[in-house]
Amino acid sequence: MTPDELDLIRRRQKARARVMALLLGGLVLLIFAISIAKIQLGMHL
Amino acid sequence: MKTAAPLLPPADWRDFLALTKPRVMTLVVFTGLCGMLAAPVHVHPVIGFTAILCIALGAGAAGALNQWYEADIDAVMRRTQKRPLPAGRMDRQAALHFGVGLSAFSVLLMGLAVNIAAAAILLVSILFYVLIYTVWLKRRTPQNIVIGGAAGAFPPLIGWAAATGEIALLPFLLFMLVFLWTPPHFWALALFVKTDYANAGVPMLPVVAGERVTRVQIGLYTIPMAIAAVLPWPLGLAGAIYGVVSVSMTAGFAALAALVALRRQRLDDPMKPEKRLFSYSILYLFVIFGALVADRWILA
Repeated sequence: MTPDELDLIRRRQKARARVMALLLGGLVLLIFAISIAKIQLGMHL
Repeated sequence: MKTAAPLLPPADWRDFLALTKPRVMTLVVFTGLCGMLAAPVHVHPVIGFTAILCIALGAGAAGALNQWYEADIDAVMRRTQKRPLPAGRMDRQAALHFGVGLSAFSVLLMGLAVNIAAAAILLVSILFYVLIYTVWLKRRTPQNIVIGGAAGAFPPLIGWAAATGEIALLPFLLFMLVFLWTPPHFWALALFVKTDYANAGVPMLPVVAGERVTRVQIGLYTIPMAIAAVLPWPLGLAGAIYGVVSVSMTAGFAALAALVALRRQRLDDPMKPEKRLFSYSILYLFVIFGALVADRWILA
């Protein structure tokens, strides 16, 4: 594997890790918001 | 001796996004949102947002599985050959895992956060698009988009079910509208990308039955579509705003469809009426659904 290819792989892995972190953070917030909404609505979680 | 497949670098996250067909998703999300907003109940904003997110994720998942299965067709069609799989930017297995994972996640989240009815219809719509349309019908029959079109008609039903937990006559009519809108919409496109479909061996109506039959079918399908579009007004399911908008927009659709149905293709035809019908058909659905929501919210 050439240094350029290795660099491309590293860059993609970094970008994917960043996007994944954002998505997981968003999911945590969403689940929290859903829980609060369901409590307000008096529904079972 | 078998040679190993070339090892691809990990796909860029933008390629995963492209797998979800974001442009198609826009219309799906919009009709789903309108189905939900047209329901006569209040939906908690967080639950409503989650329902729309699940519809978007489900549509994206179905799009990804469609691209996974159709990579060979996409590779020979000019319109689709730059997609991540035919362009060789992504491993097929990654697309399959992404599609299956996203499908399961969207249905589970819908079931847990919204309700079971919406989750069940979402699951049916994903399975319908992937198994009935993509795997079974698309390569076998020119009626592929007639029956397969039902997959794209589910979002208003899902949106309504997310709000109410059940199905009523109005969302059923919205389902029928999108279902009957799909053939004229797609056949207008198929008329001007006929060579692409022929090269890929996809039995679209213009390829199998010819241009004349396709034009007649576009005209014929427009009739029941127009009835389904206008019917909520006389039935009292929608008010005057929807009535006026649906009648005028449907008249425009019918005029363009009639023009396409009655004309004959010439040599080196730029196919302007067909392209106009295709573009108008997209605007048509946005306006009709928008009018339904405006009607519900303004007149309420």
